[in-house]
Amino acid sequence: MFDLPLIWSFLIATAILIYVILDGFDLGIGILFPFLETDEDRDTAINTVAPVWDGNETWLILGGGGLFATFPLAYSLLMPALYVPILAMLFGLIFRGVAFEFRWRDEKHRPFWDFAFTAGSMVAAFCQGIALGAFIQGVEVDGRTYAGGWWDWLTPFSLITGIAVVIGYALLGATWLVMKTEGRLGEKAVRYARVTGIGTVLFIALISLATLSLDPRFVGIWFSTPAVFYTALVPFAVAVTAFYLWRSLGRQMDHKPFLAAIALFVFSFIGLGISLFPYIVPLEVTIWEAAAPDSSLGFLLVGTAVLLPLILGYTGYAYYVFRGKIKAGEGYH
Amino acid sequence: MMEFFTAEFLARSQFAFTVAFHIIFPAFTIGLASYLAVLEGLWLKTGDDAYMVAFRYWMKIFAVAFGMGVVSGLVMSYQFGTNWAVFSDKAGPVIGPLLGYEVLSAFFLEAGFLGIMLFGMERVGRRLHYFATLMVAFGTLFSAFWILSVNSWMQTPAGYIINEAGQFVPDDWWAVVFNPSFPYRLVHMVLAAYLTTAFVVGAVGAWHLLKNRDNRPARIMFSMAMWMAVIVAPIQVFVGDMHGLNTLEHQPQKVAAMEGHYETKKGVPLILFGIPNDEEERTDYAIELPNVASFILTHEWEGEIKGLKDWPKDERPPTAVVFWAFRIMVGLGLLMAGLGLWSLYARVRGKLYDLPMLQKMAVAMGPSGFIAVLAGWVVTEVGRQPYTVYGLLRTSDSLSPIAAPAVATSLAVFALVYFIVFGAGTLYMLKLMAKAPDDADTGLESGVPTRAAGTTPAAAFVPAAEE
Ligand code: HDD
Ligand code: HEM
Ligand code: HEM
Repeated sequence: MFDLPLIWSFLIATAILIYVILDGFDLGIGILFPFLETDEDRDTAINTVAPVWDGNETWLILGGGGLFATFPLAYSLLMPALYVPILAMLFGLIFRGVAFEFRWRDEKHRPFWDFAFTAGSMVAAFCQGIALGAFIQGVEVDGRTYAGGWWDWLTPFSLITGIAVVIGYALLGATWLVMKTEGRLGEKAVRYARVTGIGTVLFIALISLATLSLDPRFVGIWFSTPAVFYTALVPFAVAVTAFYLWRSLGRQMDHKPFLAAIALFVFSFIGLGISLFPYIVPLEVTIWEAAAPDSSLGFLLVGTAVLLPLILGYTGYAYYVFRGKIKAGEGYH
Repeated sequence: MMEFFTAEFLARSQFAFTVAFHIIFPAFTIGLASYLAVLEGLWLKTGDDAYMVAFRYWMKIFAVAFGMGVVSGLVMSYQFGTNWAVFSDKAGPVIGPLLGYEVLSAFFLEAGFLGIMLFGMERVGRRLHYFATLMVAFGTLFSAFWILSVNSWMQTPAGYIINEAGQFVPDDWWAVVFNPSFPYRLVHMVLAAYLTTAFVVGAVGAWHLLKNRDNRPARIMFSMAMWMAVIVAPIQVFVGDMHGLNTLEHQPQKVAAMEGHYETKKGVPLILFGIPNDEEERTDYAIELPNVASFILTHEWEGEIKGLKDWPKDERPPTAVVFWAFRIMVGLGLLMAGLGLWSLYARVRGKLYDLPMLQKMAVAMGPSGFIAVLAGWVVTEVGRQPYTVYGLLRTSDSLSPIAAPAVATSLAVFALVYFIVFGAGTLYMLKLMAKAPDDADTGLESGVPTRAAGTTPAAAFVPAAEE
């Protein structure tokens, strides 16, 4: 009746996109942490994300758990292929996750936990980028099992995507700080947003070209007529957004740069979707081949239809509760 | 020796290591979340600030424990794919959606309201704050519901069919979720979590009472914990017995290993202690109570019980581990009930707070819940071997195609990281527990807004607009 695998592929992709945006900005705070220089600014920056980071990370669990539930074959092919970057990402997330509490518990070791916060955030972001690159370039499959080695993911392409994600998350973090802070910290954040904004756009361009060189089929998807009239909209949208981001950074310190940064991620994600659809293990396994039976997909979809709006509702409420600018030096000790 | 370092052995060690660390935190936070809800509820109802003091005291500890539960749990949700890829492909259609429901109904709920619970008291007011506390507590319970359904399905699979690709696919969701061992395991585990928390709270209360008998919040903690011991520990013994009978019905090998029985006999003795010997297929140096095992398991003195020899050697779990872990858990369960009885006796005589021996015992029993929980899981999981999906999918057929060196490396890193991170976290929790609950620390009347987690920066969230 419904094409459940198709619906689920959109839902999983959306969950991953939401994850990238939400955890992107709090990982970005971690990446920018060493550059904030003063303890006061660091405390303020970490305070802006302390009440929401756990919820943000839950989208990652939904992405992984959702993939397991709805496309078990893809999960069982990709996880062994991405063994090293996934585990390294988890180690990074462990360190930065506990740092939120631990740095307040132990004055003496605060520098250590601050370092753990930064290093953990960077490692997690870098590994997510590597996983993305390794995913796009494809994995070796034999029947229903992964047939490659445990270093196959390591290529120049995946290193580039790794660096790109670190810079992109830093942009999200910087524009988040532009929105949530003011004074010296806010001004610093504007500068970081400019640098990382340029970096992000350059890397988007670089990765787009590199992807085309991976497989002739990608060129076909993007440049065949009449598809090109639609696909050309994506780079156009990226360019317009980049311009808007730059302009908005010169003005008041509000939410516009953050929204522009998010839009950059959304358009890149759409571009990725255009390249890969309908593959869930690129150019090997399609969403229909990897999908769990309809009885599984339907069972989970019913609950999702009820629970997801609720989740969005109370998550939005939590953000609303902690809305507004955070003042420096306020509220601790 | 070499046979030990196969990818299979390493993957099993890694799963056991990571999940054993993980379960320590939920066992504590499930109980603590409910305890916090009770404390805040009592405070709202009575207006007695001592409850608020206790609430704020345990909330700081909760925040640390919860953080560790979250990051160690995140690891678990990827362990299935990284180390058990074949298992994931085959069992994914059945257990995946259950885990999906856990994320949607439990993890989001906890995470969404945790921020408000920790940082939001002065932002949302008392009622909404209490609502947030309740949601966090419900979240932890929903989490237990789904994850135990998953685990129970692997123990006692039901409601599935097997398709051409060799996957388990759901046939009847109701039968999958409410599989035969699930109700027992759910009740047993939730009670285990409550007991674990009660004994930690009791130990902390007792510790501070030993130093200052008049500390009100410490009295409240101790008294509430001892009520739990009186009431819940005996219920747990009873539920555990029912759980065992259910296991006898569905996984008789496991019960034979728990009991250390190799021969199928009538009128079987209960082996209190002994050394199971899988080579010789007998339990050496056994100290036995004649006919008692038959009575407990069949409710007849001469009832027949199957011994391990009824199954081929490659379908038996390693007996000694199961046997000993079971005795540790049951022994602790009985001790817990014993402490409860003693406290009841002291309470009736009006001496609950005046018996240093009782308090010292309660301090000593502080970690007992954790040990019993771990021992219980070892019984359950090792007793299920050599299968991942009981009777259907062997552990050796569940593995990822990952080379042993990769698994060995990641296992070593896990060990290092976990000891550093969770070692530090445990120290911080102990540090918090070593501080006496301070009567003045309600965080309310001082004019300074509640900084919920104490040193954590709640008041930083005053919006500029409201200045
Ligand atoms: C505070 C913790 C605690 C305490 C006091 C007890 N247990 Fe327990 N037990 C657990 C914590 C636990 C556990 C961690 O929750 C397990 C592991 C899996 C499960 O569902 O519960 C478990 C498993 C478990 C099993 C294995 C079931 C299976 O694998 O199919 C049996 C037969 C019992 N228990 C029986 C008992 C008895 C007879 C007890 C009392 C004398 C007892 N337990 C006290
Ligand atoms: C939380 C407490 C738990 C502990 C302490 C625990 C302990 C263990 C141990 C010791 C093993 C290795 C058994 C052996 O190799 O002989 C194991 C294996 C395993 N357990 Fe558990 N377990 C727990 C919970 C769970 C849960 C909740 C699940 C499922 C959702 C689960 C699924 C598995 C799987 C897939 C394996 C690997 C395959 C196997 O060796 O059976 N475990 N666990
Ligand atoms: C091996 C199987 C398991 C997996 C895959 C798993 C997965 C997870 C994940 C991903 C989280 C983090 C959620 C968040 O970010 O809020 C988590 C936390 C949690 N898990 Fe597990 N879990 C397992 C076993 C268990 C068991 C056996 C229980 C208890 C019955 C349990 C109860 C909880 C609870 C209450 C939390 C909330 C965090 C905390 O309180 O520490 N989990 N789990």
